[in-house]
Amino acid sequence: MKSEIELLNLIEAYLKGELSSEEHAAFEKLRNDDPSIDHRVVEHQNFINTITEYGQRKQLIADMEAAYQHLDIEEIKANVLPVSVKIRTLFRKYRFNTAIAATVALVTVFATLLSTGYFSKTITNNYSALRRDINNIKRSQNELIKGINDIPDKGPVNPGEFGGTGFALSSNGYVITNYHVVKDADSVYVQNSDGESFKVKQIYVDPAYDIAVLQIVDSRFKSLAALPYTFKKSGSDLGEDVYTIGFPRDDRVVNRGYLSSLTGYAGDTIAYQVDISVNPGNSGGPLLDTKGNVVGIINAKQTQTEGAAFAIKSNYILQSIGAIPQDSLDTKLTINKKNSMSGLSRTDQIKKMESYIFMVKVY
Amino acid sequence: MSKEIKSSVPADREVIVGILNDSKTTLNQLYKSYFPMVLQFVLNNNGNEDDAKDIFQESVIVLYSKVKSGGFELNSKLKTFIYSVCRRLWLKRLNQKSRNIHGELLDLENLESVEQDLAYHEEKDAQFRQMEKALLQLGEPCKTIIEDYYMQNRSMQDISEKFGYTNADNAKTQKYKCLQRLKKLFFQV
Repeated sequence: MKSEIELLNLIEAYLKGELSSEEHAAFEKLRNDDPSIDHRVVEHQNFINTITEYGQRKQLIADMEAAYQHLDIEEIKANVLPVSVKIRTLFRKYRFNTAIAATVALVTVFATLLSTGYFSKTITNNYSALRRDINNIKRSQNELIKGINDIPDKGPVNPGEFGGTGFALSSNGYVITNYHVVKDADSVYVQNSDGESFKVKQIYVDPAYDIAVLQIVDSRFKSLAALPYTFKKSGSDLGEDVYTIGFPRDDRVVNRGYLSSLTGYAGDTIAYQVDISVNPGNSGGPLLDTKGNVVGIINAKQTQTEGAAFAIKSNYILQSIGAIPQDSLDTKLTINKKNSMSGLSRTDQIKKMESYIFMVKVY
Repeated sequence: MSKEIKSSVPADREVIVGILNDSKTTLNQLYKSYFPMVLQFVLNNNGNEDDAKDIFQESVIVLYSKVKSGGFELNSKLKTFIYSVCRRLWLKRLNQKSRNIHGELLDLENLESVEQDLAYHEEKDAQFRQMEKALLQLGEPCKTIIEDYYMQNRSMQDISEKFGYTNADNAKTQKYKCLQRLKKLFFQV
């Protein structure tokens, strides 16, 4: 222990240069001869350096604190603070007020838009659902039909506000048409080819597929004979000849065309594009192939494109009808599965079908 | 956008001589000349004046250790050096606090590479903290003896008188024990 202290003192004296020249030389020799002593010297020197560096740095920090105290920080700050930081500081201060103001403004804007029905009007402009605004026609033809419309006992004589087409789903009085035809309706009537009107009630609507199922609830209605047509379960092919029967005016109109695309407006997969001339009032009409199968329901056309009408595919119609809860129906809705028109010519088919196609009148 | 800072800047050579002589005037000059620049930089980059004070202090330490180790060559301006060091230090601190959302700093001055200096500084900084901790654990009177002898360079005679040791040899023995303990503490941390 004693020698350790002595050795350390010797090393310190050596490092500080306090040794006489003979002692110094003797220690140098000792250091050269004994690597462990040399090692001790270096180690000690490093450690002492660390301590002195620590001391210097502490001193420097103290000096810096003093120097810092001499500065007028506020003044420097005022000098160096650029305009943008001032703005940023203002922003930080008022950002909550700004956020609240902006929120209020946004809410107001949207509430106004909502209350004025802005959002419900955003249906694409060049897509027009084909229901007929009968009032327009009524006004233009009012004088012509004045005085001849006193048909007694045949339901309301008012031709209704809107019109469309529908066709029987089953012989016991279920009729299918487009949802957009009967949307927002107060009451709905269907009129058959003999000009008889029957009151119907909506029993099911499917806005996604644009389908509405109506049931004739009028007491004067007698069951129809068995349906001659059926719904085509599989998809149809491009180019297939099709025709439709509808009421774009007060009488039946037949139009024919062909399937021009397997997707509808803007790539809609639930509809076909049909090259067929249809007009407002054709909505809800059946689209039939040459064998008399219903392949779709006409529902819309593209206004700025020639020959682009759309029809909802029959398999989606079947799917939608299948979703009707049978428990909620008064009488069973059975879809006809037997087609009795396949061998007939088109004129015979139309003749056979005429009593199953209805004009839908909406009030 | 940012204002030009006007203040009398001492010649770099004078500053270096002052640093080597531990001149307090030089230190005051450093603060007066370069602190505004650093304050401006930090304020512009999501910091406050306390941050600027810390950053600047650290950069002065880096500068001192570089000058004292003889490594400072006047191949770049002192201002650029201080700015570059502060910028690096501040970037690091921002990343630690993850306050730097944009990952970009608004630069006001030219830059130079200070990677090596900062790596060296970090090493020294760790040593400094280690020593600080060790001295704190060492306790009195050892701490004062070590500080007086190794940092203030006071003679053993003075120290033995101050602490009431009968002679310098007793004080030396005490100092030896203190030093051994300090070594142990320092290397064990």
